[in-house]
Amino acid sequence: MAIVIYRSIAGYRRRRAEAAAPHEQDLSPDGPPPTQQAPRPDGQAAKMVKAGGREPAARGLEGTGQVSRPPVIEVRGLRKSYDGLEAVAGIDLEVRAGEIFAFLGPNGAGKTTTVEILEGYRRRDAGDVSVLGVDPAMAGRDWRARIGVVLQESEPESELTAEECLSLYAGYYPAPRPVAETLDLVGLADHRTARCGQMSGGQRRRLDVALALIGDPELIFLDEPTTGFDPAARKSAWDVIAGLRDLGKTIFLTTHYMEEAEYLADRIAVLAAGQIVAEGTAATLGGRDTQASIVSFTLPPGLPAADLPTAVAGCVTRTANGQVEADTRSPLRLLGVLDGWARARGIDLPDLDVHRPTLEDVYLQLTREPR
Amino acid sequence: MSAVITHPGRAAGTRRQLPYPIGRQFHADLLCYRRNIQSVFFTILMPVLFLVILASIFRNTLATVPGGTIKESVYYVPGLIAYGLITAAFSNLALSVVRNRESGIYKRRRATPLPASAVIASRAAIAVLTALAITVVMLGIGWAAYGASIPGRTAPAFVLDIIVGAVVFCCLGFAAASLIRTVDAVQPVIWATILPLTFISGIFIPTAVLPRWLAGVSYVFPVHPLAAALLTAYNPHTTGSGLNWGYLAILAAWGAAGLIIAIRRFSWLPQGG
Repeated sequence: MAIVIYRSIAGYRRRRAEAAAPHEQDLSPDGPPPTQQAPRPDGQAAKMVKAGGREPAARGLEGTGQVSRPPVIEVRGLRKSYDGLEAVAGIDLEVRAGEIFAFLGPNGAGKTTTVEILEGYRRRDAGDVSVLGVDPAMAGRDWRARIGVVLQESEPESELTAEECLSLYAGYYPAPRPVAETLDLVGLADHRTARCGQMSGGQRRRLDVALALIGDPELIFLDEPTTGFDPAARKSAWDVIAGLRDLGKTIFLTTHYMEEAEYLADRIAVLAAGQIVAEGTAATLGGRDTQASIVSFTLPPGLPAADLPTAVAGCVTRTANGQVEADTRSPLRLLGVLDGWARARGIDLPDLDVHRPTLEDVYLQLTREPR
Repeated sequence: MSAVITHPGRAAGTRRQLPYPIGRQFHADLLCYRRNIQSVFFTILMPVLFLVILASIFRNTLATVPGGTIKESVYYVPGLIAYGLITAAFSNLALSVVRNRESGIYKRRRATPLPASAVIASRAAIAVLTALAITVVMLGIGWAAYGASIPGRTAPAFVLDIIVGAVVFCCLGFAAASLIRTVDAVQPVIWATILPLTFISGIFIPTAVLPRWLAGVSYVFPVHPLAAALLTAYNPHTTGSGLNWGYLAILAAWGAAGLIIAIRRFSWLPQGG
């Protein structure tokens, strides 16, 4: 089995390098694209990502380069009901090797049900599911050796130390990662002799991630991995997760944090009421890239809104107490007109703001009830 | 980017078999168990305390047993061994299984290649080991304090009873765990089922003293056959090997029923809210 994985990963890397390298060079001109980096100890992954800055998420822009990647997860027409209530109402998904796929949706949308079907915990009512080429409902120990799971809620073996716990789990797998190196990767090297039961919430979550990685899986499910983290811990968790992609892992992420999806995900799917309502990159999800911008400013005292040039007035959606909001798909042109108008009157608009719809704006629109 | 494939097993292209980590799992479970020293201590201490108290209260009375009478202090030894065995194999096992399930530990283990049988065998082995420890301690106290010992002739029967009893109550413990939905419900359910049975099964009160109908009720439940089987092997008046196949058959039937329920209803996922 190991040989097959080796070959498939190597083959995929070659294809991906060919397809994606030009784009990646465009996006990160300061250094060589990650696909051509020399082998390095795994423990360095997080640091590499820090150095790379925002580059990882930008890979979602590759576009056609992704088509050649082999699918790791394929879902067609998945359905699941509980007591006559349809939790998952026919969804299609495709997650390709080496990408971080974010699965968003409000509580009760069917996210956990879907993830648990993909992880092999639950049986589906209908549809085709293939994870690493295997139906999870039929999958055996060989398959489980190739996946890693960070559950939404799980406590550690509280009487064991972090190191003992990882050693125990390492023993479950045919080719585990080294324990010390994995502790280092998640930033728990200084806590290896700490009893799991005495760890802080953030440390436990890191241990959860370490336990999911110890078997050196190809595919990792992360179910709300940073819930309850403080901002610094979340940022360092993101570095760890982005580092996993640099190790060639495929990551299926669910989260309620839009910044998390935006920072990490190559592609995003939004689930609402058991159906996928949008799919795309953080930049294009739900038509975000083509949605209107909102230009807002406050008129100086004595200048009525009626004085605005027609090109601006035609876009105005709201005026109140001298506050003006205008929607436009060509913000630069509108600003040019506004600029000329303000200069002619010798005024400035010090609180001028151009607001692009955030991922959260788009997400809230997509998941608003009733749709 | 080739970091992922530079691990020895994969880079070398060597084929590695999936391990069957029963030894490792047992070692870790035992470590957890030992570090929970209060639980271990009181599990073993409780039957000892009951023995000392009951033997002090009834120090001058005799209990009627098949074949004659024995001192009450001697009578209580096998019954309280049964009691300790049930605590270790049934109560403690059910509690720890429900707790591991509800806290998500089992769910996480289920996402690894660890076979289900290793999880179950390891936990059952801890229970059997504890039952054996209780047996040894209680026999030692019975011998040292009350001058009672198992006749060599019936010792094999006694050992067999202990092993069958431990395995049967493990099965029942897994069955109970698969029916109990929350950690909070474990203790009430366990005590409401086990404690009344211990009172009518000759553990605290000799069966000969009980009303006939009440003793009759106890015959169909698993506590009495275990206590009675151990008493038979422990009773100096017993003739022959001390094996009572009838008791063992009732125990085995309960074990089989427990096993069927456990197999059908056991869940790795949290059940409670």
